[in-house]
Amino acid sequence: MTIPPQNSAAAAANPAPANPAPANPAPANPASANLSAANPAPAISARGLRKSFGAKTVLDGIDLTVPAGTISALLGPNGAGKTTAVHLLTTYLRPDAGDIRIAGHDPAKNPQAVRRAIGVTGQFSAVDGYLTGRENLMLMADLHLLPRAVGRRRVEDLLARFELTEAAGKAAATYSGGMKRKLDLAMTLVGDPKVIFLDEPTTGLDPRSRRVMWGIIRALAAEGTTILLTTQYLEEADQLAHRVAVLEEGRIVAEGTPAELKKRIPGGHIELTFADRAELEAAATILASTGRDDDTLTLQLAGDGRIGTLRTLLRQLDDASVEVEALAVHTPDLDDVFFALTGQKGA
Amino acid sequence: MTAMTTMSGMTPADGVDTRSHAWIHARIMLRRNLRHLQRYPSLTLMVMLMPLVFLLLFVYVFGGTLGSGLGSGTPVGVHGGRQAYAAYVAPAIIVMAVAAAAQGTAIAVAQDMTEGIIARFRTMAVVRSSVLTGHVVAAAIQTMVGVTVVTLAAIGVGFRPHANVAEWFAAIGVVLLLTFAITWLCVGLGLSAKSVETASNSPMFLMLLPFLSSGFVPTDSLPTGMRWFSEYEPFTPVNETLRGLLTGTEIGDNLVISLAWCIGVAVLSYAWSRRLYEREPKAG
Repeated sequence: MTIPPQNSAAAAANPAPANPAPANPAPANPASANLSAANPAPAISARGLRKSFGAKTVLDGIDLTVPAGTISALLGPNGAGKTTAVHLLTTYLRPDAGDIRIAGHDPAKNPQAVRRAIGVTGQFSAVDGYLTGRENLMLMADLHLLPRAVGRRRVEDLLARFELTEAAGKAAATYSGGMKRKLDLAMTLVGDPKVIFLDEPTTGLDPRSRRVMWGIIRALAAEGTTILLTTQYLEEADQLAHRVAVLEEGRIVAEGTPAELKKRIPGGHIELTFADRAELEAAATILASTGRDDDTLTLQLAGDGRIGTLRTLLRQLDDASVEVEALAVHTPDLDDVFFALTGQKGA
Repeated sequence: MTAMTTMSGMTPADGVDTRSHAWIHARIMLRRNLRHLQRYPSLTLMVMLMPLVFLLLFVYVFGGTLGSGLGSGTPVGVHGGRQAYAAYVAPAIIVMAVAAAAQGTAIAVAQDMTEGIIARFRTMAVVRSSVLTGHVVAAAIQTMVGVTVVTLAAIGVGFRPHANVAEWFAAIGVVLLLTFAITWLCVGLGLSAKSVETASNSPMFLMLLPFLSSGFVPTDSLPTGMRWFSEYEPFTPVNETLRGLLTGTEIGDNLVISLAWCIGVAVLSYAWSRRLYEREPKAG
């Protein structure tokens, strides 16, 4: 995946298809077209990354490029290989094949240099439950060999920034899921990393905590930190990332800006429910429906939830004196992205 | 990755050389482990209680009878009965305190490995060996506290050591060496365990072996096959050495055999543990 700085010409280099529902989406041809661009050295780059566990191939040759100072997202369902990709890029695991550069360092040759440049927040809480929040952060400051006073100041700053000051003296094991996540990320930031990996940073968080986490991630990017995050939620990728790569069964099946990806998805539709069979019949004759269910008395229409579209639709129904009992707008979700991009049965 | 590549990854750019890195990180990890012991005292209490219960059981329940049956093993200056047995069994209880504490270490290590923080350390510029060093040094401190408690309790029930200062230091040295050997072994057992339950069960043999040594009854009272085993298993020479240093019985070549066993087990277990810790973690 290539995430050029915003406003770059990448979209032109790899234009989204005009047809919103390509029968056979272009196979991922990541990076190569964009790599030669005059961008500064990318913060993260990987070529031909492979990893198997026993007979199971988890990553089957993926390429990634993340320019410095941008946010990119690896989007995919459980088991797609997202966590393994993060593990390989962060020196936790070694790839079977492939070439990685993180902040200019090769983890195969100099893992410690990579480790000094990065911060990692894994999918599972990486806090020490016996220690208090403050002690967890001080542990990080000590391991980064920060002078005591500097460490203390940074720890207090992070506690304040993440609204953890009040709970700082309590054992981390007693924290709620959202607080643990925040402490986890705060610990990642103690060493002031240039490149941050976030593996499903909001999975399991309540909606409010998710918003808070998004705010934190955006603020980090605004300070110039490079971020690679993984997520199962299209919405999250949409909210945060400049570029998104869709991972499925160890391969990148699509990549682009969130807008480009969504254009490729045919999953957005409008669903109308009627009170009886007669109304359904009447509506079916005047509307170009894409699906009909006589049992539930519903009609499906292609289209998005734009006000103009809805207004036109309702006017048509009004003109024909057809009564609609309910109207629902179905927006594309990850399932739709998946089904569309992998050529499987549509939603 | 080997220790060497980890080390060579440390550049002097930080203004701190590799050796002091390792030292600083080990100290930080030790502090973490000591905090764990302090925050989770029930494990420490549990492993300390076991040798205490055995001490009281053997001295007050079995001691009167067993003491009268002591032959050659009777400590110098004591003749028969409960007090003689208290003196006889004390070194075995000390050895047992070491083994019990090490069992706690296996549990602590296995539990720690399931924590996400260990995964975090693996992606940080942390000297790898420091995590294990922290565990071992914390365990050694915990063990020495346990040994002190048990020794005082033994004195309370009639054990009368008459060692001079040099003999006390030698005895402490032997206990420390035994501690490092058994602790590294248990670190390996904790690392190789698939679950915390396994880690708490697999060091059980360390609790059983002292019973089959010369610690509770003289080996010449055992049936032939068992006597053979008992005379050659490592806890017997350690027991005999401690008993000799503390109560003046014959030590013979038991000191040398003890040192060989302890150093051998410590070195092999250390190498094994390092390898287990530095192998590539499983996915997930």
